[in-house]
Amino acid sequence: MGIQLDFPAVLERWPSFLGGAALTLELAALATMFGALLGTLAAVGRGTHNALIAGACKVYVETIRNTPLLVQIFLVYFGLASLGLKFSAFTVAVAALTINVGAYTAEIMRAGFEAIPRGQIEAAEGLALSRVQIYWHIILLPAVERVYPALTSQFVLLMLASSVCSQISAEELTAIANYIQSDTYRAFETYIIVAVLYVILSLVMRAGFWGLGLVLFPRRRRLGTPL
Amino acid sequence: MQQNTSSEPIVSLRDVQKSFGPLKVLDGVSFAVDRGEVLAIIGRSGSGKSTALRCIDRFEKVDGGEIMVCGHRVDRPDVDLRALRQDVGIVFQSYNLFPHLTIEQNITLAPCAVKKMATGQAKELARKVLAQVGLEEKLHAYPEQLSGGQQQRAAIARSLAMQPKVMLFDEVTSALDPELTGEVLKVIEQLAADGMTMVMVTHEMGFAKSIADRIVFMHRGKVHESGPASILTSPTTPELRQFVGTGNLKS
Repeated sequence: MGIQLDFPAVLERWPSFLGGAALTLELAALATMFGALLGTLAAVGRGTHNALIAGACKVYVETIRNTPLLVQIFLVYFGLASLGLKFSAFTVAVAALTINVGAYTAEIMRAGFEAIPRGQIEAAEGLALSRVQIYWHIILLPAVERVYPALTSQFVLLMLASSVCSQISAEELTAIANYIQSDTYRAFETYIIVAVLYVILSLVMRAGFWGLGLVLFPRRRRLGTPL
Repeated sequence: MQQNTSSEPIVSLRDVQKSFGPLKVLDGVSFAVDRGEVLAIIGRSGSGKSTALRCIDRFEKVDGGEIMVCGHRVDRPDVDLRALRQDVGIVFQSYNLFPHLTIEQNITLAPCAVKKMATGQAKELARKVLAQVGLEEKLHAYPEQLSGGQQQRAAIARSLAMQPKVMLFDEVTSALDPELTGEVLKVIEQLAADGMTMVMVTHEMGFAKSIADRIVFMHRGKVHESGPASILTSPTTPELRQFVGTGNLKS
C-alpha cells in the first residue's frame, strides 16, 4: 500500500495558506521589532551600575531562557485574562513572543557590547560625548554588526517557533493549517505545504536581514572586512 | 584659540596622590603648564607618568591633592566632566578611531553631537583640521584603510576639531615604527609652533628635547627632577642621568 497524496484538494485552499503565511510574517516582524528594542534595553540595563536595574534585567533574562515558550505563552494568555484584560489572541502572541525573543536578544547584545574595546569608549568620553550619545553613536551599531549573524538566526528561529501560538488559536500559519486539515482530512498534504511555506518565510527573512545589513553597515558593504 | 587672557596656568597639579590598591602610583605630584607651553613628562615604565596625564582629563580619579584645568576643579567629585573635556583634547597610544565611521564622520561626530554644530559647518571644519595634519585626501576613508601614522594624525585632527584649550598626548608614537613616528611628531611640532598648550608623555627623548619648553622627569610616583629641556643634557639627579644615559637620548 503506497502513500496516496491528493494535493489539489488541499491546494484549492491556497488563499487561506497565503493569508496564514502573511500573518506569521507579521507576527514575527512585530515580535522581532519590539523584542530587539526590549532586548537591547535589557542588555544596557544589565551593564549599568544600578544593582536594582541590573538585577531585574538578569532575572528577566534567566527566567525566560529557562522556561518553555509554550508555558510563557500560556502565562501571558491566562495571566492577562485573570487580570480581566481582554486582548486578541494575536496581540497576546505578539506580546509573548516579544518577551521571549527579548531575553535571547539581551544575551546576544550583551556579548556585542562587551566586544567594544575600552579605548573606543574612552576616546568618546574624551570628546565630551554623553553616556547616551556614546551608546547611540559608538557602541550600538558596531555591537550589532559583530553579533548580526547570531541575532538574525534568533529572529528566524522566533518566526519558526511562532507556530506554537496556534495553541492559543492565534491566527497564524500553523493554526490555519490545523483548521484546513480538519476540514479536508488531508493532514499530511496540508503540513507538507505548511513546511514548504515556512522554508520560504525563512528565506524571505534571511534575505530581508541581508538587505538591512547593507543599509546598517556601510563600512562592511564598502570594504567587506569584519569589524 | 585661547580666549583666556589671565596669567593663571592652564593646568596645575598640586600634591596629587593616587593609588591602585596597595600600589602608590602618584605620591605628591605637582606641576603646572602655562598657556602656549609644551610640557613633556618622561620617566620609566611604571613611574606614574601616564597616570598623571590621565588625571588631568579625569580618566583617573585622584585620592588627594588639587588639580585645576582651564578653571575646572578636576579633583572635586562634582566637576562638570563634559565641560572639562570640551576644553581638553586627548590623544591615545592606540589611536582609538571609531572603526565603523569614516574619517570625516569620526571628526564631525563630537562637534555635531556635543556642540550642536550644523553638519555643513562641521564638514568644513573636518576638511580644515585634516589639512592641518596633511590628510585631506582621506576624508572619506575608513580608519582601517589608513596606516598607523595616518590613523594617529586623524585622531589628532579629531581632537583638534573640538578646539581644545590644551591637548594631552599619551605616548602617541609608541605603537609606530620610526618612519611613521616622524610624520606624527611633525604634526605635533606644527601644533606647538601654532601656540597650542600641550602636555605629552613620551619616550622620544630627542623629540622632547627639541619641542618641550619644560621637562618633568617622574620617578616612583614623584616629580624627581624638572626644568628646561637642558636638564636632559645636564641632569642633576643620578636617576635622570641614568635614565637619559641608557641610550634613550637619540636625536
